[in-house]
Formats: sequence, structure tokens, C-alpha cells
Amino acid sequence: MRYIRPQSMEDAVGLLAGAAGPAAILAGGSDLLVRMKGGFVEPELIVDIKAIAGLSDITETADGFRIGAAVPCAVLGENAALKKAWPGVVEAAKLIGSKQVQGRCTIVGNLCNASPAADSVPALVAAGAKAVVAGPGGKRTIAVESVPTGPGKTSLAKGEIIEAILLDKRPPHAGDAYQRFIPRTEMDIAVVSAGVNLTVGDNGVVKAARVAVGAAAPTVLLVEEAAQVLIGSKLDEATLERLAKICSGACRPIDDKRGTIEFRRKVAGVLAKRVAAIAYERAGGK
Amino acid sequence: MNFDPRYSGRSFTSVGTRPIRPDGVDKVTGRARYGADFNMAGQLVGRILRSPHAHAIIRKIDTSKAEKLAGVKAVITAKDLPDLTDGDAAMYDILDNSMARTKALYDGHAVAAVAAIDARTARQALKLIEVDYEVLPHVTDVDEAMKHSAPLINDAIFTEGLEEKPVKPSNVTKRTQYGHGDVHQGFGEADFVVERSFKTEQTHQGYIEPHACVASVNPDGTADLWVCTQGHFVYRQHCAQLLGLEASKLRVTSSEIGGGFGGKTHVWAEPVALALSRKAGRPVKLVMTRDEVFRASGPTSATSIDVKIGAKKDGTITAAEATLRYSCGPYAGMWAEIGAMTAFACYKLENVKTVGYEVLVNRPKTAAYRAPSAPMAAFAVESAVDELAKEIGIDPVDFRIKNAAQEGTRASYGPVYGPIGIGPTLEAVKNHPHMKAPLGTNQGRGMACGFWFNFGGQTCTDLNIGMDGSVSLAVGTVDVGGSRASLSLVAAEELGIDYAHVKAIVADTSSLGYNDMTDGSRGTFSSSMATISAARNAIKILRERAAQMWDISVDDVAWEKGHAVAKGEKHGNLGKLSLKEIAAESGKTGGPIAGHSELVADGAGVSFATHICDIEVDPETGSTRVLRYTVVQDAGKAVHPTYVEGQYQGGAAQGIGWALNEEYIYGKDGRLQNPGFLDYRIPVCSDLPMIDTQILEIPNPNHPYGVRGVGETSIVPPLAAIANAVSNAVGVRMSHIPMSPPRILAALEAERERFSR
Ligand SMILES: Cc1cc2nc3c(=O)[nH]c(=O)nc-3n(C[C@H](O)[C@H](O)[C@H](O)COP(=O)(O)OP(=O)(O)OC[C@H]3O[C@@H](n4cnc5c(N)ncnc54)[C@H](O)[C@@H]3O)c2cc1C
Repeated sequence: MRYIRPQSMEDAVGLLAGAAGPAAILAGGSDLLVRMKGGFVEPELIVDIKAIAGLSDITETADGFRIGAAVPCAVLGENAALKKAWPGVVEAAKLIGSKQVQGRCTIVGNLCNASPAADSVPALVAAGAKAVVAGPGGKRTIAVESVPTGPGKTSLAKGEIIEAILLDKRPPHAGDAYQRFIPRTEMDIAVVSAGVNLTVGDNGVVKAARVAVGAAAPTVLLVEEAAQVLIGSKLDEATLERLAKICSGACRPIDDKRGTIEFRRKVAGVLAKRVAAIAYERAGGK
Repeated sequence: MNFDPRYSGRSFTSVGTRPIRPDGVDKVTGRARYGADFNMAGQLVGRILRSPHAHAIIRKIDTSKAEKLAGVKAVITAKDLPDLTDGDAAMYDILDNSMARTKALYDGHAVAAVAAIDARTARQALKLIEVDYEVLPHVTDVDEAMKHSAPLINDAIFTEGLEEKPVKPSNVTKRTQYGHGDVHQGFGEADFVVERSFKTEQTHQGYIEPHACVASVNPDGTADLWVCTQGHFVYRQHCAQLLGLEASKLRVTSSEIGGGFGGKTHVWAEPVALALSRKAGRPVKLVMTRDEVFRASGPTSATSIDVKIGAKKDGTITAAEATLRYSCGPYAGMWAEIGAMTAFACYKLENVKTVGYEVLVNRPKTAAYRAPSAPMAAFAVESAVDELAKEIGIDPVDFRIKNAAQEGTRASYGPVYGPIGIGPTLEAVKNHPHMKAPLGTNQGRGMACGFWFNFGGQTCTDLNIGMDGSVSLAVGTVDVGGSRASLSLVAAEELGIDYAHVKAIVADTSSLGYNDMTDGSRGTFSSSMATISAARNAIKILRERAAQMWDISVDDVAWEKGHAVAKGEKHGNLGKLSLKEIAAESGKTGGPIAGHSELVADGAGVSFATHICDIEVDPETGSTRVLRYTVVQDAGKAVHPTYVEGQYQGGAAQGIGWALNEEYIYGKDGRLQNPGFLDYRIPVCSDLPMIDTQILEIPNPNHPYGVRGVGETSIVPPLAAIANAVSNAVGVRMSHIPMSPPRILAALEAERERFSR
């Protein structure tokens, strides 16, 4: 097994594109190393991206935020501007594992591990985040929801690396929120989860919304119909009930060791209601 | 044994204080050596190949490819562990469990093993072993396994304990029955009868340290085993018997232990490591992965229990009955029997009957788990007791107080109780501020009682006094919870010296006589008895030496507060001789001074506890949060109160995990779905409130200091206390443990349906 820590994106892409056997990108390693230890993957080449210039920075641009692929989740929580603009994304990233895990793990790793239960992904999808992908054929920017295609699978081609996540600049009166259901208080994997991102007009009426549900289908669900219900409302009781019903209905969950189909359906709706209310309040709606 | 073990009612200087434990600094600095921290020159890495099938005939194992892999030094199968058990059925089961002989009986059952120069080579070698299985139908559920249509796990098993000898083999290995009086008549006298059925899922002890050992078999027939265990003497016996070694030539050293809770009272990988070392001619280190720990070691029974209790309007219980079915894994056990013995042990009953069924299933061999079998029985009984109190309209604490067993009560499992703590723990709970604290919405409070027998057993200690007057104490019971500190306190107390001058160690099997293992809450109970006896033997010698130094009769020398004192008027001017002064002269007065003791510690006092729990339930998700938890338990005498409290809290914490989330989840294929701490959910720190404790001290008449075992009882009440709390919070009786959020939400939804219809 070869471990290489390239200094530039070109070298990293070149190494991956030229690899003959199985190769893996190493960010925080909190998924990759666990999978290697369990014998599920045996890469011949490991490309550590943490030494690549610029990948460990969060930069605030005219368009919003650019979060480098090697930024650990703990650092997201220490960035006051990001926290203020995207509290839901940050709270999702800060739910991953524990303090120790957050010191290593990245939201890009979370996205590319392609677990349906990944915590930061519903929040990123609700936020309308984009991924900058570098590869042998150059760079492209894609919506985050197009990265995972099924459990453990992504749309990335051989040699492609996600360089950064982009989050839009916030309009006034916007807020997002994320919650997951776990039986314990921490160190657990979401049984089901929901993220909501809202923009509210001066009159308290929702102008724009995105609703995402996690761990309820092979990939995170962007529930358009749920967003439509919220838009034009002031999140009254009846709206929230409809939201819950639509989210429950959108789920295509399975029965497994973490929960039942019925449980996931029901709780997806409950969480959607709860996070919508939090996002609304964060957006300044009352 | 001229040692008087009776309770003397003495007052204490050292016992009852809270000094720092001798193993503490090493543990918090990472210096302590656990099972995997021992290494030998030239040691190999051992790894085990395990069955992926729940039930399969092993047609053939081809190890030739693995043997040819460079770096592989030994490959073994059951052939390398020939059957030397000589008709001893229990030992045969241990042998077969260590390495499957003809059939793989559960997912994770060992079928072969390798020793190689490194872990990578060992892993590769496992992949090269070809096993030809004939997969058989399997059964993992305890109720399913009892059905006539269930796949038979062992066709040589015919249910024991039936009136008529069965003609067909069965998965039920044994029926047992306990009780007295006439339950039929008793139920006839009842104004209220509650009858309920319950289920509990299988749990693992969840010790953080996996099984680990280093084995070294020498060409001359001697061997060494360094191992993480609760009982190195028992491991020695078992391994020696299975390997055909002479017990005295196998020296077993116990490491520090990162949790056992009953799971390390049993050998699994150790005979395999020894067999690998014997074949390879080199030491072999074998450390189980977490996956192996879950799939192949440990777990407790899954159960299915029916309870029926009847009472008069005034709250007097007239009859109590229970049928208990416990899974044993694929080998015979006595788990249901223990459940049947403990089920109603808290109560004074005229008419009681319990029946236990031991049931074979395709799951790992059931092992002891802290008060084994009692928590599930208590869950069923204490839930039904609460329901009955509700039906009668009497406070559940008062109801239990009215029916509590007392000194002189004939226990439901046979014996007549001496002085016991069930009544006092209930009274303490009744008066505890916790019972009066206000509750919010969606919150409920529950309480429940628990019982455990406790055990004494064979014990041997050595107490050696150095020439500087310091004392080393060698004990043979593995320290699982601070017993080295407690036993040092006992030695200090008896000798009349300071705790700081006593150092206790756990000696290896070649340095001390046989000791039973640390189970049955016996560590401090039995070894403190032996320590008191050893100290008294040493005091006898100290007095003799003082008499020599003074040149007076030993009959005139007494031992007081760490000093020899000359008694009688004629010796009035002799002053005192300290232990240190006598020790300093020992080279001239007859050589080293030591006290030895070997005894069977009879009379372990039974133990009772009552717990209170407050819980909040989220009615929309079924999520639970334990808000407050109080343990009240009788310790007899708390030698080191901090470690007694630690035992109370630890048992409660494990019980909370069991009650709410922990369970073995099997797929339809009979494979364990959650062999890891991510999906086998033991509580994390933030899941638990600070667990309050209250120690009661009702002296055990059969111990000089009144000590009772305290380690296990604390896990008995939690399942029931939490179930009662959940039931009081949401108004739905939960009859299936664990009460995981999906189960609670499903129960709540069913109840809502019922009301909306
Ligand atoms: C104890 C523990 C607890 C955990 N708890 C949670 C939790 O609560 N919630 C949760 O969602 N997850 C949890 N996880 C999983 C894991 O921590 C997260 O998925 C984490 O975000 C992964 O990030 P990483 O940087 O460590 O990824 P890595 O392990 O470095 O990589 C993960 C995958 O993504 C690929 N990858 C990484 N970076 C890139 C890139 N730039 N471009 C393309 N592919 C890339 C890797 O090749 C690999 O396949 C936990 C893990 C552990 C060990």
C-alpha cells in the first residue's frame, strides 16, 4: 500500500487518475480508516489531501462562503460568520461523532462516503450548497445532492476530487436548521433526519424554502412538495401538519437494525416540523 | 480452620474510609497492563476463522493453502484440540464452543485458527482456509425454538426434569420448578389477579476490553498464559483439562481487567491460543476484535416470561406464579433455573410456583452477566406487581412493604432468610426526597426491587510483613472494582496499621492456592474473610516474636492498635512494641513474619436493592431520557464506600442501557446485525444522569465485619424500575425490553388507535 501526501491539486488528480489498483482519497479518515480496519476496502494507493494549498481554508467571498475540502468540522464551528449565516449547516457538521471525530472529519468526506444517514448532507442539500470538483478534465461545479447516487456510491469519476463546498451569501431574514433522531444523546448514526432552509419576507411569510430528509431513502431526499407547502405560509399549525405528512410520505425507508419503516416515516415528519419552526425563528419569522 | 467468621459488631478505624486505590495511578496514566499489553519475544499473532452460518454441518476444512502461505507458523482445527473431557458434558461444551467439532452452531462459532508472524499474514491465511459447510435451518428466537416444528440444534438432547421421560429430542434441555404452598388455592383467595407476558432481548456485558491473551507452551510440558480474566485459577483448570496439561505446570497470570461482568468467567480463545502455541512452538498472542467479542463471547439470555400474581383487597399477595423461558445459546445451561429461583425472592409468599425452561438457540453460548438471569425475572415480576398495585388502588411502595420478605421468611427458592435488607431498602425509598420531587409533563417515576444470592467459595491469601514493617497482601480473586483497596483496608484494620503501609496484589496461579473466580459478588466478601484470617495468623506470630523479645510468655502479650502490649501487672514497665519494631528484629527472632489463610467462605449474605427512576418520554418520537436515578442497597458493611457506590452506579448504568437500547439483532439469515458499539447501544456518558446512591448497612451475621457482596444486585431492579417509569409517564405498559424508541412509539400509536376507534 502506498500513502502519498501531495502538495498540489494537479498532483493529487494525476496520482488518482493514473492509479492501476484501488485508490482512495483521505481527508479526515474517520470513514476510510474505519472501513480499512474492518477489511471492507483495501486500497493500494491512499492520497491524503490535507497538505494541498487552500484546502484547509474557509473563505468569505462576495458570493458567500467557500469551505475547503480538508477543513475539519470543528473549524466550521469556530467560524463566527459562517455560523451566523448558516447555523443549520454548522449544527449538522457539529453533530458528527464526538469532539475527537470532529477534530478530523470533513463535510466533503461526509458527502463522499455517501451514507444515506450522513448528518451534514441534508443540511447542505437544504442550503442549496454546491461542490467544486477538480478532475483530469478540469473543474466543474455541481449541486451537492448530485454527488451521492446510492449507499456508498458517488457520481465522481476516476481521478476526481471535490475541492470545496460553496454556500451562497445570505439574504436578510433567512435561516436554516437540522435535527436527527438518535436513540442516544451522541456517538450515534441518524435513524432519520431533516434539514430546512427558509427565507422570510418582511410580513413574516415564507418566500423561499428547501426541505431535505435524511436516512429515509438510498440518498438524501430533497422534498420539493414540502417546500411548496411552506412557501406563502407563516408556518401555522396546519401548515406544519401538512409538512409532516408530506415528509413522512416522501420517505422510502427500510427496516433495519436502527429503526423500522413506520418509525422512520413518522419521525421524519416530526423532525421536519421541528426544524422548520427553528429555521423560521432563526429567519426572524414569528 | 480455627477462624471464627461470625459478625463481631466491632468499631472501625480504616474500614469505611475512602483512600485512593493502589491501581489508580497506573490506570489513569495508561501504565496499567491489560490483556493485550503483554508481549513475549518471538510471539506470533493468532486469529480465528468463524462460521458465517447460524447452523451448519462442517463437511470438510482444507487448510493446506493457508499452511503454505509464507509467515504462517500454525493452522489448527478441532483436530488439534482432541476431546479429553472424559464424559464431562459441561467441559465438552466449552471445548466445542472454543472450536466447532462437527457443526457450527451460531454465527461467529470458531472453526479454525492460525498463528502467523504478523496480523496481515494471519488475516490473509484465514481467507485461504476453505470450509465446506452444509447449511442447516436455524432458530434464534427463544419462543420459536420451543415449538415442535423448530430446527433441532442437538438431537441428543431430551428434556430433563419432566414427569415422563420424553421420547423425542427437543431444544428444551431442562425444566425446573421452585416454590411452596398451593397457588391454585391462593389464586382462589385473591380479589385481584394480574396476568402478563413479557419478553427481553439478549444483551452483552459490554466490557470495553476485548478478550486478550498471550499463550506460551514449552516443549517440556510447562506453559504460561497471560490473560484478561475474572478467574485465573478457573482458566488454569479449564485450559489444563482441555489441553491435557498438568494444572500446576500451567501458570496463569491475570492482567488488569477492563470489565468482565461475568463475561470473563469463561474460556473462549484461551485454549485456542494454547493449542496454536503448542503447534507453532512459539508464544501466541490472541486478541479478539469487537466483532468477535459480540458474535462469539458473552451474551446473556433472551427471555420470554409469563407472570400471574393475585392479592386481596387489603394488598396481601395470596399467590404468585411464573413461567420463565431463557435462551442458553446452543449448549445446555441453568439460566432459567436461576431466574425461577430469584423471581419472587423479595416477597413473603404463602403460595408460590415458578417453572423454568432452558432453551437452545443458534446464538452464542450464554454466559453469566452480573446477577445472571435475575434482571429479566425481576422485570416481569416487578412490572406485574406495579400493575396489581394499580388495580387494587394501593401505593406501589406500600404494596411491596406489606409483602416484603423478612428475617424468618421462607424464600420462594427454599431457604429461610436471616436478617435481610428488602424491608429497610423499601422504607428508605418511601422516605427518600426523590419520591416526593415534582414531575413535569411526559415524565414518569417508577421503582422496583431486586434480589441476588451472593456467593462465597474457595479463597486463599498470603500476608507477608517486610522487615521495614510494610505489608504485602497477595490475593487470588481478580480485582474488578477496587478490591485491592478494600482488602488493604481490611488488612490495615486487623493489624492496626495505616492503609499506606499495605500493598495488595493479585498473585498468579503458581504463587497461591486455588481461588474461585471473582463472580457471585464474592471478591471482597470472601477475600476479606481470608485476609482477616491471614492477618490474625500473622498477629499470632507477631505476639510470639514480641514475647521472645521481652522474654515473657506469649499468653501475656496482646495485640492492640498495631502494637504488642504486655498484659498483667508484672509487665507494667515493658511499654509497647510496634509492628515495625517487631518486623525489624524478625531476622533474629525466627525469620520472616507472614500469615496465611485458606478457607471456604460460607454464609455470603443475600442482597436486596430498591431503585427509583424518573424518565421523560417524547410522545412524538418515543425517545426517552433518564432524568433522575436513585439506588438504595444493603451492603452489610461498606468497606470502601466509594467503590460500593461505584458498584451501585455501574449496575444501574448497565441496567439503563439494557432497559432502553441494548439488544442483539439477528437477521433472517441468523447473522448478528450489530456486532459493534455503534449499533449495539450501551449508554454514553451524556445519556445518564448522576446516579444517586444510598448505602444501607444491615450486617451479614456470617462475616466478621458484616460484609455482604455488593457487585451484582444493582443490575437487578433497573429494567423493571424503568419500565414502570415509562408506563407511568405515558400510560402504556411496556412488556418488551429494550424499550427502544421504535417500540415505545409503536406502543403509543397502538394506544392512540385504540382510543380513536
Ligand atoms: C466514532 C465515529 C462517529 C461518527 N459519527 C458520525 C455521525 O454522527 N454522523 C455522520 O454523519 N457520520 C459519522 N461518522 C462518519 C464520519 O465521521 C463522517 O462521515 C465524516 O464526515 C467523514 O469525513 P472524513 O473527512 O473523516 O472522511 P474520510 O474518511 O477521509 O473519507 C470518507 C470518504 O470520502 C472520500 N473523500 C474524502 N474526501 C474527498 C474529496 N475531497 N473528494 C472526493 N472524495 C473524498 C474518501 O475517499 C472516503 O471514501 C462517524 C465516524 C466515526 C469513526
